[in-house]
Amino acid sequence: MLRDITIGQYYPSDSSLHRFDPRTKILGTMIFVLSLFLGKSMIAYGFATIFLVSAIKISKVPFSFIVKGLKPIFILLIFSVTINVLFTPGEPIFSWWIFTITKQGISLAFFLAIRLIYLILGSSLMTFTTTPTALTDGLERLFGFLKIIKVPVHEIAMMMAIALRFIPILTEELEKIMKAQAARGADFNRGTLKEKMQGLIPIMVPLFVSAIRRSNDLAMAMEARCYHGGDGRTKMKPLVYQKRDYIAYVILGIYLIVMIGVQIFL
Amino acid sequence: MSMIKIKDVIYEYLRKNELGEVEETVQAVDGVTIDIEKGEIVAILGHNGSGKSTLAKHLNGILKPTKGAIYIKEMDTKDEKYLLDIRQTTGMVFQNPDNQIIGTVVEEDVAFGPENLGIPTSEIWERVEKSLEAVHMTAYREHSPNKLSGGQKQRIAIAGVVAMEPECIVLDEPTAMLDPVGRKDVLDAVMELNEKKNITIILITHNMDEVVFADKVYVMDHGKVVLKGTPREIFSNVEVMKQYGLEVPVATELAYWLKKEGIDISTNILTKEELVEQLCQLN
Repeated sequence: MLRDITIGQYYPSDSSLHRFDPRTKILGTMIFVLSLFLGKSMIAYGFATIFLVSAIKISKVPFSFIVKGLKPIFILLIFSVTINVLFTPGEPIFSWWIFTITKQGISLAFFLAIRLIYLILGSSLMTFTTTPTALTDGLERLFGFLKIIKVPVHEIAMMMAIALRFIPILTEELEKIMKAQAARGADFNRGTLKEKMQGLIPIMVPLFVSAIRRSNDLAMAMEARCYHGGDGRTKMKPLVYQKRDYIAYVILGIYLIVMIGVQIFL
Repeated sequence: MSMIKIKDVIYEYLRKNELGEVEETVQAVDGVTIDIEKGEIVAILGHNGSGKSTLAKHLNGILKPTKGAIYIKEMDTKDEKYLLDIRQTTGMVFQNPDNQIIGTVVEEDVAFGPENLGIPTSEIWERVEKSLEAVHMTAYREHSPNKLSGGQKQRIAIAGVVAMEPECIVLDEPTAMLDPVGRKDVLDAVMELNEKKNITIILITHNMDEVVFADKVYVMDHGKVVLKGTPREIFSNVEVMKQYGLEVPVATELAYWLKKEGIDISTNILTKEELVEQLCQLN
């Protein structure tokens, strides 16, 4: 079940979108998300669609793979669309019992659905094309200015990178613990919801204990290798903007101006 | 000037009960004095709880002695201002390979140490290249560490230390979690580093067969050094070793039992080859 979630995964490929600087991709995603909240007309969403589809085409990530990422938000999507359709006041089209479907409700629900879907597609496209390491590096550099107000940017980025490194190790451990409990007669699939929840305790406790032990070891190993925070640290692979990144920024700028223009003049 | 000078080191910790009250003071390391010269291979032996790992953690300032002092190239480990220099001079490899790899790609992990030292980017690449070559892992440089075997992971950890260009490497039971093949690969890599780069090796272990190659062996028990000498000197005392809960190499043990049965054979035997030679000389 955990394996079905594609959001946040990396899809290895050799497209130009993969080769962009992570900062470009993060800022690009932010601009795209911002534009979704700016635009409120069909034309604006038309432009957003063109932008998103061409980005997906460039990325060489199969469309079916990207769409899979929508699965976990499907229920949320249905829920919010239904609420919007049923409870938005306005010009009634159809009425039954206490529910009234209005023209405004339908249009609101429609735009909400598109916005939510595009949001997920856009941001998952970023994680599909960026390795976790590059992503944390990019975030560290982009938000580096927050150090002035004492936000521990480097530390947060380091924690993210380590968390990502340990996900497969802890997943393996989780499976081991579950098998060990199953060997002693634990059944995780039967029983009421409450019983299932209680069944999780003997899994989570050993997992946490082991995670804390590991982090203790890791901290010692990091110190032994002269880790002393972000000060005076150099990088094996420093982030440097290439020509294609500047081109990407120009395109992003044009896109943003067009979206603002559409909103103001149409 | 010795490379490492351990002088009358005592390390105490408080054992507390469940209520947080102090039950007793435990001396994990109790008056240890050892001098280690550059380029030596030194093995520290002992069963679980003998204090050998605690002593190892003193060698790069992770732990500080309660009494006594440790000097790494005349730098006192208690002096905070030398801490990074000391850690750069004596690298450390730990038991669990998973818990000491930080990078998500092999080469990025090897670069972690040099990055911390503030080495310029171009030199980091050179060092990563050389270190991976030194442990014969160049082919895996772009792999994810999660997909490697235990022995390979441990060699990556060694490469990560080598990239800091240390003069001494402390290995704290580096092969305890490995299979025999991985164990051999790791030990071969360590011996090669000693031979080619003249790096001082301090091997903490309870596996006797790893000690045979050492120049000097120290046996620890209850925080004290109880025996010291060359592997040959140490292992000729089969009975004393057993008393400290330690095995001797299989060849030595066999010779010991043969001698006990009245067969005229020297107990001064460490390897299979020596045993074969001795046995062939019997008539």
